[in-house]
Amino acid sequence: MRAYQRKLDIKNGRVDLSHGAGGRAMAQLISGLFHEAFGNEWLARGNDQAAFDVGAGRMVMTTDGYVISPLFFPGGNIGSLAVHGTINDVAMGGARPLYLSASFIIEEGFRFSDLKTIADSMGEAARAAGVYIITGDTKVVERGKADGLFISTTGVGVVADGLDLSAEKARVGDRVLVSGSLGDHGTAIMSRRQNLAFETEIVSDSAALHDLVALMVAAGGSSIRVMRDPTRGGLAAMLNEIAHQSGLGFHLQEEAIPVKPAVAAACELLGLDPLHVANEGKLVAIVAPDMADAVLAAMKAHPLGCDAADIGEAVADNHQFVQMSTSFGGGRIVDWLSGEQLPRIC
Amino acid sequence: MKYADEFRDKTIARGLARVIGAEADSQRKYRFMEFCGGHTHAISRYGLEDMLPANVRMIHGPGCPVCVLPASRIDMAIRLAEQPEVTLCVYGDLMRVPGSQGKSLLSAKAFGADIRMVYSTLDAIRIAEQAPNREVVFFAIGFETTTPPTAVMIRLAEKKWLKSFSVFCNHVLTPSAMHSILESPDIRNIGRVEIDGFVGPAHVSTIIGTEPYEVLAEQFGKPIVIAGFEPLDMMQAILMLVRQVNEGRHEVENQYSRAVTRKGNRRAQEEVSDIFELRDQFEWRGLGLVPHSGLKLKQAYAQFDAEMRFTMHEVRVADNPACECGAILRGVKRPVDCKLFGTVCTPEIPIGSCMVSSEGACAAHWTYGRFRDYRLRRA
Repeated sequence: MRAYQRKLDIKNGRVDLSHGAGGRAMAQLISGLFHEAFGNEWLARGNDQAAFDVGAGRMVMTTDGYVISPLFFPGGNIGSLAVHGTINDVAMGGARPLYLSASFIIEEGFRFSDLKTIADSMGEAARAAGVYIITGDTKVVERGKADGLFISTTGVGVVADGLDLSAEKARVGDRVLVSGSLGDHGTAIMSRRQNLAFETEIVSDSAALHDLVALMVAAGGSSIRVMRDPTRGGLAAMLNEIAHQSGLGFHLQEEAIPVKPAVAAACELLGLDPLHVANEGKLVAIVAPDMADAVLAAMKAHPLGCDAADIGEAVADNHQFVQMSTSFGGGRIVDWLSGEQLPRIC
Repeated sequence: MKYADEFRDKTIARGLARVIGAEADSQRKYRFMEFCGGHTHAISRYGLEDMLPANVRMIHGPGCPVCVLPASRIDMAIRLAEQPEVTLCVYGDLMRVPGSQGKSLLSAKAFGADIRMVYSTLDAIRIAEQAPNREVVFFAIGFETTTPPTAVMIRLAEKKWLKSFSVFCNHVLTPSAMHSILESPDIRNIGRVEIDGFVGPAHVSTIIGTEPYEVLAEQFGKPIVIAGFEPLDMMQAILMLVRQVNEGRHEVENQYSRAVTRKGNRRAQEEVSDIFELRDQFEWRGLGLVPHSGLKLKQAYAQFDAEMRFTMHEVRVADNPACECGAILRGVKRPVDCKLFGTVCTPEIPIGSCMVSSEGACAAHWTYGRFRDYRLRRA
């Protein structure tokens, strides 16, 4: 005889400690909520791990934790972000993302309805990207020990033989291409922060970039030296990182850098520099000069790259400065952000 | 972006640069001090130095309230926040300012002190309302611009009968600091530094007006041009200063006429003088004790004065002896002249006041302008 189990009350129920204890309640949460949202053959087998085939090429692997506050923001939530962010980290290697794992740390008292919304949008984001969430983990901690929900995802993908994107491959004269306007994600999050809330039409740019990357790789191949997505620390941190790793400097043209007027205005109000603000659906590519136009054209052909722009070039510089000609007509450094601009942006 | 781009126009900037270049006498040097951190930041952020002729040099003044706050006041705030019943509300840019023991509010927070970052005085009031059992203290800091909001906050706290709310007051006054710089022996006696004029405060002047500077211009014979914080404001003010110098005038002129009047904001001034009174002296990082340069709460508002409420004591501490901030703030030295600059003192681990906030002379030069040092050396 099978014991009767009450259905999960998604509408009014909340996560309690039993949902992380390894008993029936946990099994029910996993099958009733996560399997439902992610549904695929690997999860359905219910093993502690997922075994999968890999095609030709080299494997790429990355991992990322998501602690964003607030959990829901214009343009997405922690779930879609946890899928997009990790897919993008895989894609920045020029790779095709295949599988994700997802680990949930849930605070006691978290609403099932919110958890379902988040899991559903993870499933939706993964399906839209053609990626499967094939293994996972659920933990519940006491009230006050985690701020609602933390998600950690790991991604694997495959990169074609012969394609090896890396910062040290950048050369003097390479062009710096950016796939669209900067600062949208960070500004959208800030607009919803409890003590900062302001009204704006800005939505997060959170998106999976691997299709855009595939178009770029098809157009440019290994003339694309390196790709990065400018998340925390923004474009500034990312270019300084590459400058450091490649031993080169960069020279940017401020006028060429796309920033939406609403983002520029919000940053002006808050005293922030859009170049330091996080993005979740943008990439920067350092491309050999002879192929830069072709890659840029490929970017513009994709909806996520329609505002792509050539914003500057790699230069020889022992000090590895990222310099910029300001739209006012002077020069300045674009430095790392010092300290913390805003905590928990992703 | 509307209402901002108009003041950042490249073509007008080039035109102004040409006029400054044509009118500046190549036979002499022009050294102007911009008092405010906001100006320092604009100069560096927009690369203004590249547009000025070589004989027009800007000296970055002490006008950043975070930078000039002495380590002893940070120590006081940390000691206060470490008391278990206290919730300390601070503006974000204060969090990393180092106290005397290398400790900051950020590290105190990590050790368990209840320190909250706020964006306005109203946030602090809200926190106090929500936590009536906590001693909520607002770390008030700033020049004349931020003093009126603190005054309004105290009025509000009084109206709302907030019994466990108080203010740790660190408000300081601009004209007394300008006076102190002009009085310093470097400038008056030895003649080591010449300051040929001042770019006067923007936001501060919207409150106090241009009148308080008149006595300074007269007494020390230096032209003062009140300027806005946009880069074109700065260029125009510099041109106005060049003209005054060329014509031998030393007047207070108002470039920022779209926001500043001679008398300033009377209402704000009244609010401030109702609630605050002058301290005999107040310590400024880099300048030392400056007479009549700080404000405290009047006796009638003693219940809101954290220094009274918690019997806080100020213990003066010496700055790092190798730090050149004092000389840099008076224009005697430049950031690169300091041995600590960019070596042990960086925006991540600031030693001296000028490196503390992005508006400080050293931090602005480090963050935006240090490539020029190498360009100079190469040349």
